[in-house]
Amino acid sequence: MAEEVVLLDFHPSMFGMRVRIALAEKGVKYVHKEENLRNKSPLLLQSNPIHKKIPVLIHNGKPICESLNIVQYIDEFWTDKAPLLPSDPYQRAEARFWADFIDKKVDEAGKGIWASKVDQHEMAKKELKESLKKLEEVLGDKPYFGGDKFGFLDVALIPFHQWFFSYETVGSFKLDCPKLTAWAKRCVERESVSKSLASEKYIYEFVLGHRKVSELD
Amino acid sequence: MAKEYGEVQLFGVGGSPYARRVRIALEMKGVQYTYFEEDLRNKSDLLLKYNPVHKKVPVLVHNGKPLAESLVILEYIDDTWGNHPILPQQPYDRALAQFWSRFIDDKCLPAITKAAFTANKEERDNSAEESLEALQFLENELKHKFFGGETIGLVDIAAGFIAFWLPAIEEAVGLKLLSCEKFPKLHKWGQEFTNHPVVKENLPPRDKLVGFFKARYASITASK
Repeated sequence: MAEEVVLLDFHPSMFGMRVRIALAEKGVKYVHKEENLRNKSPLLLQSNPIHKKIPVLIHNGKPICESLNIVQYIDEFWTDKAPLLPSDPYQRAEARFWADFIDKKVDEAGKGIWASKVDQHEMAKKELKESLKKLEEVLGDKPYFGGDKFGFLDVALIPFHQWFFSYETVGSFKLDCPKLTAWAKRCVERESVSKSLASEKYIYEFVLGHRKVSELD
Repeated sequence: MAKEYGEVQLFGVGGSPYARRVRIALEMKGVQYTYFEEDLRNKSDLLLKYNPVHKKVPVLVHNGKPLAESLVILEYIDDTWGNHPILPQQPYDRALAQFWSRFIDDKCLPAITKAAFTANKEERDNSAEESLEALQFLENELKHKFFGGETIGLVDIAAGFIAFWLPAIEEAVGLKLLSCEKFPKLHKWGQEFTNHPVVKENLPPRDKLVGFFKARYASITASK
């Protein structure tokens, strides 16, 4: 049966990157539509009327929203290769817990730097460092968050690693997380990851543009 | 045949809608568990050990392994004990259920809480608008007796706040959001949900809840 898979996306978005990686891991062919977030397409507004955000995966006309939901859906629908979520219920729950942590803590703290005025940076930098330290503890000595295999939590976090350069440059500080840096190098060796990530430079250009338009500096 | 549940413990707080969600799910599946009531002003060492990241309830501990965040716990319960499933089988329907339960937690509940418990009137009014919008989305989504169809599912359990806690908040602070004129389906759903045999046994005493919210409201408006 011919599957019709469409991804409504925005190149620098860490959430969009998650979905690109998952689709690549599974070898799913799809139509990629780049959105202009200042002029959202009717398709986006119709597919995600509640949040009006990317990414949205439209599978045979049915939209799925929220990146972690989409990645899980991809994992549950295309089961013939590259399982992303662990098969053990407890490990699955742990992966979901930490993915939720990334969305609640890392993303929020990151925004407190790249999308905020300088006076909000101190608090955000502290929170970001603490959150990343916790994630390094979770990683431990494993090659991936998924253990020996690249998995759901790796997919959830690796796009954020591309944003570290922007966080550090805008915030004028260094994130000291050597374990994550080593882990990121390992992830990027996978073709699904390297071809799905936006470059650090591209992301930084986007951030600078956003800061200018929003008069944050 | 007796089911092998292992050792199941739940750390919660009587008035917490999040802890109650977990109790409803466990009871629906007939899972035996030990409940520990926490005092959030004096958290137990066990709670802090089992949830060092957020230090919150609910925490489920299964055979010594802890889990936090109610929606994560609910999915784990469903993965582990297959009877009375609370998540749908098909991937698309599961994705929808996860989407709506997140919507309830990320949009609905914060807006309702702000609409009731903010000192600044303008912020309260804005949050009330947001709450009404959120409730309208849920009203439109409700197509059967429950969000889960003919039986309660993940979204119903997550939306329990709207069925029971919201009316208590409304009474305590003099707010009206969930009117049956504006949201006839949701209003009816709320009654069906709170009368469900398992849910009925797992709700906190209403007058205590109203009292708690009245005190919270008083402390916010007094500190203006």
